[in-house]
Amino acid sequence: MLAAEALVLPGRLRGVSLNLRAGEVTAICGPNGAGKSSLLSCLGGLIKPAAGAVTLDGVPLGDLNPEARARALGYLPQTPEVAWDVSVATLAGLGRLPWRTSAAEDSAAVNAALEALDLPAFAQRPVSQLSGGERARALLARVLAGTPRWLLADEPLANLDLAHQLSLLGHLRACAGQGMGVVLVLHDLALAMNHADRVVVLDQGTLAADGPPGLALAEPVLEQVWGVKARWLGEPGKRALAV
Amino acid sequence: MTRPIALLLAALTLALPLSLLAGRVWIDPTAPLGPEASLILAELRLPRAVLAVLLGAGLGASGAAMQGYLRNPLADPGLFGIAPGAALGAVLSFWTGWASTGWALPAFALIGAAGAMLLLTLIAGRQGGVVLFTLAGMMIASLAGALMSLAISLSPTPFAMSEIVTWLMGALTDRSWREVWIAAPLTLAGIAVLQAAGRGLDALTLGEAAARSLGLDPRRLQMLLVLGVGLTVGGGVAVAGIIGFVGLMVPHFVRPFTDGRPSCLILPSALAGALLVLVADCLCRVLPLAGGELRLGIALSLLGAPFFLHLLLRLRRELV
Repeated sequence: MLAAEALVLPGRLRGVSLNLRAGEVTAICGPNGAGKSSLLSCLGGLIKPAAGAVTLDGVPLGDLNPEARARALGYLPQTPEVAWDVSVATLAGLGRLPWRTSAAEDSAAVNAALEALDLPAFAQRPVSQLSGGERARALLARVLAGTPRWLLADEPLANLDLAHQLSLLGHLRACAGQGMGVVLVLHDLALAMNHADRVVVLDQGTLAADGPPGLALAEPVLEQVWGVKARWLGEPGKRALAV
Repeated sequence: MTRPIALLLAALTLALPLSLLAGRVWIDPTAPLGPEASLILAELRLPRAVLAVLLGAGLGASGAAMQGYLRNPLADPGLFGIAPGAALGAVLSFWTGWASTGWALPAFALIGAAGAMLLLTLIAGRQGGVVLFTLAGMMIASLAGALMSLAISLSPTPFAMSEIVTWLMGALTDRSWREVWIAAPLTLAGIAVLQAAGRGLDALTLGEAAARSLGLDPRRLQMLLVLGVGLTVGGGVAVAGIIGFVGLMVPHFVRPFTDGRPSCLILPSALAGALLVLVADCLCRVLPLAGGELRLGIALSLLGAPFFLHLLLRLRRELV
């Protein structure tokens, strides 16, 4: 379990507490500046909160050495960067850095990650020659190659067209199906409503709602947090937002 | 990674003995060595060649590490301000007149490099941010440059001024085994430190946030970089003056033959840098030039500046 206890980050988070479960897809939603990325960074151990703590299976993240933390928590930043034009396989191999395992073990993990994301045909292709969707999958493969127990991704669907958004969500759902905890910052409320098991809504650094998508993104919550009068149309799993 | 290293090692093994033959006095490898040729080889050419290899290796490795750290193919070891710091130390040894006494010149240069390293780490603070660190390095380089200009303009004698200006041009002329013993431990230790930074540099390929999520300690990486670049560049400047552009150029020659990870670039860049400086110094010796030989620092700048322009134009094309 990944738990946050009364997290405080001056100007960004004001006492957020959460218990996240493995095997679930959790979406963190909220208006701009609500503290979504800050919360994800705290959960990933990248930012130390001014008060409160994040624990992984009861152990405070601060007590784990950085490589042990990295082996457990995979993090995909909001604007992923690849400074050098490496191949997809080399990029995925960077996910193995915290492991310090043999080349054979690293290679097996990289191949498994590429397989999981339908990328074996692209293994030797330079990152600069990938389309947006292929690049997003390659970046996710980098995280999966590290075989983390938790995947924390900050707006992984941004800049992807609908087909690639659904494809990537399918891959993330498969990760959760294998027992991984998947935590996503999402701006698209319809995607959160239809694809997450649980939604956490932040508003001005506090927890505004937390629960199944139907409850956490209920129409009164949308009005209260986003200030928008909107209605959900359609049946569960295929909902669309009418404003 | 092993293939480029093997090829570069083979090229260096071939170039090193060949370079010993070239110079104002050409040595015939088929003829028996006379006492004069033996002296030239043992006391002039061999230490000079070894020094060229050490200097080039240090500059090449630190260039590769700097480009990896700053995630910028135009980065150069000079950006940290350590080379100008070392040069300022050396200039002060000329200015005070101590340069002619024993080990004072390299000692002053190393103190200058250490001062720049200390200042850099103090200014950059504990956060380990790359941008602040680079700006701090550029500020130190500017300050050291200004102080060098001040020292030159206030030279106690025209002779000291001439010595400073000539030394700043960078050269391996008339260097002896003494310089080799100064540069060798510093350069080799520096390359080892930079190689140890390789994993961190690989992680930084993904940006600072992702690198930290992979367990990178940015402060430790910064310390390794400062120490590695300080030892290699500081040691190089202490014995040969400022030799520019090697650290900028060499990683570009090597990168296409590796998988692109910065850690795979450090040792091949060290070997390629050694080869480049060895060949360039050899050409400096044999090029006919009125009034002496071409200074190595000038020769490499004449090569490096057009190369830098070529890189800029290529980047401009990629950005369009």
